[in-house]
Amino acid sequence: MKQSHDLTLRRSGRIAKIKEQTIIAGLVVCSMIAILVTIGIVASLAFEAFLFFQKVPISSFLFGLEWSPQTAIRADQVGASGKFGVLPLLSGTLLISTIAMVVATPLGLFSAIYLSQYAETRTRDWIKPMLELLTGIPTVVYGFFAALVVAPIIRNTGSGFGFDISSESALAAGLMMGIMLIPFISSLSDDVLSSVPKTLSDASLGLGATKAETITKVVIPAAIPGIAGSLLLAISRAIGETMIVVMAAGLSANLSLNPFDAVTTMTVQIVTLLTGDQEFDSAKTLAAFAIALLLFILTMGLNMIALKVFNKYRTIYA
Amino acid sequence: MPEHSLTSSAQLKARHGRETRFRWMGRIAILLSLGFLVFMFVAIGMRGSSAFSQTRILLQINFDEQILDPQAKRDPAQLALANYKPLITKALKQLFPEVTKRRDQRRLGRLLSNGAAFELADMAAKDPQLIGTTRDIWLTASADVDMLIKGKVDLGVEENLRRLKDTELSWIRKLQDNGHIKKKFNSAFFTKGDSREPEMSGIFGAMVGSFFSLLVCFVIAFPMGVLTAIYLEEFAKKSFITNIIEVNINNLAAVPSIVFGLLGLSIFLGVMNLPRSTPLVGGLVLALMTLPTIIIASRAALRSVPNTLREAALGLGASKVQTTFHHTVPAAMPGMLTGAVIGMAGALGETAPLLMIGMVAFIVDVPQGITDIATSLPVQIFLWADSPEKGFVERTSAAILVLLAFLIAMNLTAVILRKKFEKKW
Repeated sequence: MKQSHDLTLRRSGRIAKIKEQTIIAGLVVCSMIAILVTIGIVASLAFEAFLFFQKVPISSFLFGLEWSPQTAIRADQVGASGKFGVLPLLSGTLLISTIAMVVATPLGLFSAIYLSQYAETRTRDWIKPMLELLTGIPTVVYGFFAALVVAPIIRNTGSGFGFDISSESALAAGLMMGIMLIPFISSLSDDVLSSVPKTLSDASLGLGATKAETITKVVIPAAIPGIAGSLLLAISRAIGETMIVVMAAGLSANLSLNPFDAVTTMTVQIVTLLTGDQEFDSAKTLAAFAIALLLFILTMGLNMIALKVFNKYRTIYA
Repeated sequence: MPEHSLTSSAQLKARHGRETRFRWMGRIAILLSLGFLVFMFVAIGMRGSSAFSQTRILLQINFDEQILDPQAKRDPAQLALANYKPLITKALKQLFPEVTKRRDQRRLGRLLSNGAAFELADMAAKDPQLIGTTRDIWLTASADVDMLIKGKVDLGVEENLRRLKDTELSWIRKLQDNGHIKKKFNSAFFTKGDSREPEMSGIFGAMVGSFFSLLVCFVIAFPMGVLTAIYLEEFAKKSFITNIIEVNINNLAAVPSIVFGLLGLSIFLGVMNLPRSTPLVGGLVLALMTLPTIIIASRAALRSVPNTLREAALGLGASKVQTTFHHTVPAAMPGMLTGAVIGMAGALGETAPLLMIGMVAFIVDVPQGITDIATSLPVQIFLWADSPEKGFVERTSAAILVLLAFLIAMNLTAVILRKKFEKKW
């Protein structure tokens, strides 16, 4: 009697163990998804980009100065091959991102400094959520606002001073993107500034430095790596941002660094190349994947560097 | 000595001046950022609020049996297909007997929306009893009239550059004097799909599309994200593989959304041949994008559950799996849900990846399921923002207001969830 009881116990124990192992195996499979997605992104982009580079040599893609992806209706048409030089897109992306960072960096950093060093807890408690609301606004809203309100204001101001500003100027898109990035930079930098040990600033204040001197000469130098990391993340975001530039920047690929010109970006071209009807393996469609691969490499690289900088920073003051 | 103190007090003054200026720069930065937020809300609110009302024109419609249903069958399907335009023309003739020229009569008819006849058709199909009777009905005015009544047309412009000429204006004035033209609540905006006519278009189709996409997104991303978090926090030992997983999750969070769209295009549509332009594919792509957010939030929630809870369960003889699923996970659930809601809010506002998988078509019908072609609320905003008609500007702004209302509601839910279930361990 006792023996059989033991047996069933042991058997149910074994079943439970198998059950648990299955559950754990399921967990492992789920956590592999993250890797699978990355592999999926890299594989799909690389595969299509590879097909593209068979039609257009990689050197003329990376170093070409002209971007005009024509659709050939007939294979023997003049200019059927199109020009796939990515440099004008890269310069447009950089121009708009630079404008965005010029707007967002001072505003974001000063907000972060004020919030983390000066503001009382009560003020902080309601300003922070408000600023975070800015991050939660969908980018299509920023894009609409840029095209409808900001661009006309800039054009009218410009013509008031006698400048001829394109209605799809890099300035409008860049300004809007900068505003989008303010809360992003400020909340990251806020965390960074708050984590500088208080002993450092106390020592400086104790020696008679004013608060501003303490911040500029002690706190910020100590936080520089973290701030640099958050700025890098912001740049990576600006480069990958799509809707604002699709709605407010232009389509014409100009190799120009004039903020009043209309320029186009990598993301804009991906969207224009892939929306609408097209056959799946034309050079035009495949070019979008090549641009996306470049975009992925750029943002990934920036992100990796930023994470490294952050981690290094954390180990200093942990 | 006095000299020295003099210079140092001047120096001190300068230093204090710098301090004040520095502090003000911080204040100004915050004021500028928040001021911009307010400016944007007000500007969009002002443009969009007018779309919640719609100009309508009161006409005495005679549902003439001769025209609509000569065989007197009263078949709703047949009635829906009948021609209701003559009824409107007739009613207008009654109101404006002085308009006799054919061309002018046609222009008179254009005061009403092209959709007005369909409104009558819908009414008759729903209630065949109407046939043969005469009713006073408020019909939707055309977008031009609507804009005029809402004060968005500049009448200072020369007549031949205006869409509404002086004759039309005199007719509208007559309607106004008789009380036959009025702004009413625009319920169609919340119950209809897209349309080529601004005055007939609504956001319901896009809202349903967004709902289905988010449903798919949640059903996939939430369990997967939570299970991944559980594995990484509760079971995994630090190893090369878990390290790679963590780096991957962090990097995925920073991949531009449009790249996810391309992944969807080439794998879900290209390799797996899932139906294009559907919430199913949209939801899948959004799920991959939201996954990192949910994983990161869920891990934080699991980490905040104190070890004493786990140890108590383990001490009473529960296995590791039992401890985790019976005790740790329920305790962390509110935090996980909060993360999920925030992730969903992000997914709701996402546009670019949906453009890539073709959810960007002109779709009139309201989708019935996850495999119907559909669009989403932000994509609808993008489409309308591209439309040249003036009437779409207010609709775009109004759609943005609705989208923002949803987002704020979701974020508030997250805050309340966190506050209500937050435990101080």
